[in-house]
Amino acid sequence: MSTLADTPAQPIAFTRNAREALADAQLRRNFRGAMDSLMDKRRNQFPDGDELERLRAFGNRVRARALSKLPDLLERLEANLARNGVQVHWAETVEEANAIVHGIAERHAAKKVIKGKSMVSEEMEMNHYLGARGVDCLESDMGEFIVQLREEKPSHIIMPAIHLNAGQVARLFHDKLDVEYTEDVDRLIQVGRETLRRNFFEADIGVSGVNFAIAETGTLLLVENEGNGRMSTTVPPVHIAVTGIEKVVEHLRDVIPLLSLLTRSATGQPITTYVNMISGPRKADELDGPQEVHLVLLDNGRSQAFADGELRQTLNCIRCGACMNHCPVYTRIGGHAYGTVYPGPIGKIVTPHMLGLETTRDLPTASSMCGACGEVCPVKIPIPSLLRRLREEAVRAPAAEPQHMRGQGAKHSKKEALVWKAWRTLNTSPGLYRVAMYAGTRLRRLMPADIGPWTRYRSAPKPAARSLHELAREHLGAQ
Amino acid sequence: MSPLSPAPANATRVASPLEAARRYPPKPADVYLFGTCVIDVFFPGAGMDAIRLLEREGIRVHFPQAQSCCGQPAYTSGYTDEAREVARAQLALFAGDWPVVIPSGSCAGMFRHHYFELFKDETQTLKQVESLSARTFELAEFLLEVCKVRFEHTGAPVKLALHTSCSARREMNTHVHGRALLAQLAGVERVDHDHESECCGFGGSFSVRMPDISGAMVQDKTAALKGSGAAEVVSADCGCLLNINGCFEKQGDALRGEHLASFLLRRTASASTGGAR
Repeated sequence: MSTLADTPAQPIAFTRNAREALADAQLRRNFRGAMDSLMDKRRNQFPDGDELERLRAFGNRVRARALSKLPDLLERLEANLARNGVQVHWAETVEEANAIVHGIAERHAAKKVIKGKSMVSEEMEMNHYLGARGVDCLESDMGEFIVQLREEKPSHIIMPAIHLNAGQVARLFHDKLDVEYTEDVDRLIQVGRETLRRNFFEADIGVSGVNFAIAETGTLLLVENEGNGRMSTTVPPVHIAVTGIEKVVEHLRDVIPLLSLLTRSATGQPITTYVNMISGPRKADELDGPQEVHLVLLDNGRSQAFADGELRQTLNCIRCGACMNHCPVYTRIGGHAYGTVYPGPIGKIVTPHMLGLETTRDLPTASSMCGACGEVCPVKIPIPSLLRRLREEAVRAPAAEPQHMRGQGAKHSKKEALVWKAWRTLNTSPGLYRVAMYAGTRLRRLMPADIGPWTRYRSAPKPAARSLHELAREHLGAQ
Repeated sequence: MSPLSPAPANATRVASPLEAARRYPPKPADVYLFGTCVIDVFFPGAGMDAIRLLEREGIRVHFPQAQSCCGQPAYTSGYTDEAREVARAQLALFAGDWPVVIPSGSCAGMFRHHYFELFKDETQTLKQVESLSARTFELAEFLLEVCKVRFEHTGAPVKLALHTSCSARREMNTHVHGRALLAQLAGVERVDHDHESECCGFGGSFSVRMPDISGAMVQDKTAALKGSGAAEVVSADCGCLLNINGCFEKQGDALRGEHLASFLLRRTASASTGGAR
């Protein structure tokens, strides 16, 4: 698996990864079962289709409005957080973000960090960065804890260990935590919790993500189900929240539709067990809470998406993962095959902005354009349209002038471009088209039985003896 | 803008997934048929059956011989300029007032929704696009909502499964119209199949660019269709049929899907015009 810290210039080996994943029967069973269950749970949360459509339109408007004044909202967020005693840091790259976090750790001579779930910290590869500098990071979300023990990456943005079943976790805990082998899920969770518990008290710093950053009140909102998010953000003396610049909303009331859409779309819950609203460090008269709270706002390619009216819709995302759960490709290959922090449909449209199209050029292609992702997206990101746009950017002839998209033209091939030009000529020249159809149908017996990738799983398509053009002309006369 | 939905405030390009409630014109005397390139080469019989079904309803069908492809293959591959020129050629051919009936939901979706994107910078052309979009109907939709057909089943009772292509489903609501047509037929029991709304794995160039993923999808689809207990499979999209039938054949299975138009022509009489074909 490639690391983001030293991004390879080579494209991610998506097709090879996918082939390996498809051959793993256990993996496919795990994903199919888990995704079916998540789809059911979501469906049960939205029994009224009209209500769902109204709510999605509402969510879309809230996100679009926030993005339409993003620079202003970020400034208001910073001012109001500062007023609440939260220190705000800006990072254009993951390197800058890591350096900021490490700087805070150094100032506190921190040796141990406990982390609540944060995909932005995955984007930063924070564990790796801090670990290399003598600061140990421990994941406290049960799924993240499991993938950390396995030295893996999350395979899903909401359920990081969804690629594993109980038996696999049982073996892992038995091997790594030296506990009796059991497949009893409650017992396994208990084991994990006991291991984590003491670490909350030993940690010098707690790190978390952010679901919504509310500009008008200077509040960081965080949802979770395990209580580890609250522990990570309140027990250690220092709390560092990391998030992308797009997570800001204007008003506290904006959170109401988004939160409802998020939890129902993600896990099929009407609301999560914990909803944390963090509005600053411990005050003089308070008994608990961190003494310092920091927020690191990370760009990492988001400005590139923001600069384009169409691609900006990528930033509507509230990271629910519903697009993954409903994706026939993700369901079959799982998250790791994508080789990126964000897998599935959202990963295919967000990662090209983070890594450039050179490494990610095959991702927009890895879709049958079935539209299931766009249909369930709670904030109405037109994911298939954005995939198409990214395909267009990837095959565009490389330009001499500075490019809007990093890696634009990375998939350009003169041969393929010529094939499409020929296709255009054929389909805009009726005489030529007629000759081609005549030849194609009359020479149909010459169609080879093996036509490469298509015939690996299907027999070769057989042209008919006569085209519809011919049959229609005979039946209706020349028109 | 596309009739699908109003654009979000920050969008310049839009293709939203759901067809809004559509108003239908009265039944016309004449229609255009856009046959689609896949039908032209691989399923011309389905195209002819669509023509005969329309004629059975007393409609005169016009088939401009210069028609070719809707442009979708290049469009979804990112070759937008090439797609636009092919689309422009079709626009000119279907410029009259007659409805355009298409026996394929995904090509109908291209005419109806995606030409707006292709011609968004050409104000004059957009007027033609608006007209074409408003006049474009998928075949099942046209029979049901415009012709208001009443079909009677004439064959032996049959259990069948209906596969709907993804763009037909999400851009044209074809699954609703297809089901409604089949529901008119007393001897036809339509059975659901597992993960019915899931893609069959065709996706045009996807099936060639990502053969293993596409292959896994079509193998699951054929297994689901077999598992449904259906004796026949119908679909209103020949791209999917190319994929599904090819997989059945490779597996040595005798089952083949056929176009909904062929099934309807072969197995029904029209009560709406008072006679069999």
